[in-house]
Amino acid sequence: MIRRLLRTPQGAIGVVLLALVALACVFGPALAPRDPEALDFLGRFHPPGAGHWLGADQLGRDVLSRLLVGARTTVPLALLATLLGTLSGAVLGTLSAYLGGRWDEAIMRTVDAVMAVPGLLLALLIASTLGKSGGNAMIAVAVAFVPGMTRVTRSVALAARRQDYVAAAIARGEGGAWIVLREMLPNVAAPVVIETTIRVSFAVMLFATLSFLGLGAQPPSSEWGLMVAEARRFLHQAPWMIAAPGGAIALTAIGFNLLGDGLRDALNPRDER
Amino acid sequence: MSARWLLRRLLLIGYTLLVVSLLVFAITQVLPADAAVTLLGENATPDALAAVRVQLGLNDPVWLQYAHWLGGLLHGDFGTSMRSGQPVLPVMLTALSRSLLLAVLSIGLMLAVAVPLGVLAALRRGGAIDLLAGLVAYLGVSLPEFVTATLLLILFADMLHWLPATGYVPLAENPADSLRHLVLPVVTVSLILVAHVSRMMRSETIDVLHSDYARAARLKGLSPATVLFRHVLRNALLPVVTIVALDVGYLLGGIIVVEEIFAIPGIGRQLIVAIQNRDLPSIQAGALVMAATYAVANFLADVAYAVLDRRIRYD
Repeated sequence: MIRRLLRTPQGAIGVVLLALVALACVFGPALAPRDPEALDFLGRFHPPGAGHWLGADQLGRDVLSRLLVGARTTVPLALLATLLGTLSGAVLGTLSAYLGGRWDEAIMRTVDAVMAVPGLLLALLIASTLGKSGGNAMIAVAVAFVPGMTRVTRSVALAARRQDYVAAAIARGEGGAWIVLREMLPNVAAPVVIETTIRVSFAVMLFATLSFLGLGAQPPSSEWGLMVAEARRFLHQAPWMIAAPGGAIALTAIGFNLLGDGLRDALNPRDER
Repeated sequence: MSARWLLRRLLLIGYTLLVVSLLVFAITQVLPADAAVTLLGENATPDALAAVRVQLGLNDPVWLQYAHWLGGLLHGDFGTSMRSGQPVLPVMLTALSRSLLLAVLSIGLMLAVAVPLGVLAALRRGGAIDLLAGLVAYLGVSLPEFVTATLLLILFADMLHWLPATGYVPLAENPADSLRHLVLPVVTVSLILVAHVSRMMRSETIDVLHSDYARAARLKGLSPATVLFRHVLRNALLPVVTIVALDVGYLLGGIIVVEEIFAIPGIGRQLIVAIQNRDLPSIQAGALVMAATYAVANFLADVAYAVLDRRIRYD
């Protein structure tokens, strides 16, 4: 399975990119060449080069160091948000498929209705309600993912619902919760995992967008979206202050997208597209 | 398309708006802002605050507050802004009209780029254009709008001075200047849509090229161009209608970010301002107007699909 994933070009590049991101998350502070909070007023707006590989910001802080330390406040929260959101959506979608009939109709029409609120808007509303912080932004992103994931999972779970093992479990007199969680959910896992992987990239972007709009991580955090927001005022003097965190977000998102596509190819070898 | 189907579809829009109103009310209800304090300021006397709370019905049970609010919505009364005292609905609808220009131009640019890109990529799989289309697709879904917008700003406004950086000029006032101000926002918003639609267009075109009727048309001796335009494109374009409607969600999200960055006084910026001010009626009206836009867009897409594809008969 993993060997097949690495044989697809997308999968291989994705794994490499994400390995770099994981490295920054785990060892970021140790790898940082300088203290990310150290102020240096003589070195303000130092362009990229010797001493500051990715330049310095308006307070003379080293951009590369801030980026490496900021990985921890950006990526794990986005991952957690995706896991929370997709898992809740997967359970709800499977439940809807299991119940069927009027319940299924009611759940799905409500999910459709909630999907009329764009993900960013829903996340904005929730984040502004809960208060500005990284943790709250994570919950907001998770909630915004539930309706879409419910839909995806239900479409797969409908097929699982007709399988004999579900009929057998019902005949054995198993409870609904058991059938949904232990019989059906594991059998819809593969497509859900692919969808989840791709959604992490969306979560990274959504999370950074919330911070960019001032509703996520707060200064002096070096969360990447926040770094871009702060750098906007110095766009003329120091474009590298935007390019570095912007590029980091993009590479992380591309990594998860490539991994998701690679997984899809590895799991469906017959699909040529 | 039967009358019954239309009726059912319209009822679904009504249900959608009801659920959205409940959702928006539930979320905004827990906003940690006391409406009375927002209205009167921090220095108001407790007596004055209490009087305003009674006036706003803040002491009523939650369900009653919702019923009052919903009753007002049904009469077109969305409340007045806590900041300006103006009715919020006209403000939001004016803002929406400014955003619509941005939205329509973005969809137009997206179709003009994504459809040819997807078709060319499908015709020459593995060729240079296919690789380019793949790259655009990955960039489109991996670059958040705020990064794209800022990078475009640096390049085209700050370094090359080709385009104005921020600001908004009404179309009626000076069309040329208005459009110049919209170039960067439109490009930013359409990038993610181009990514989705060009991928969709590519895979649909590949499917149709392999279909029996496309083969039959080729074997009949029709020229490749005729096969492409008369048979392949017509069928490959159909699913694009649906994906564009679903992408209106991304479009609206992109508009929020882009309007904030480029200082366009549309619905997205109004909403951000309302959230920063904790101006409840404005937040509620803005969110409802956006959701209604999405619901209507999807309804129109379903109708368009039914009209374009005679094989589909909705009952």
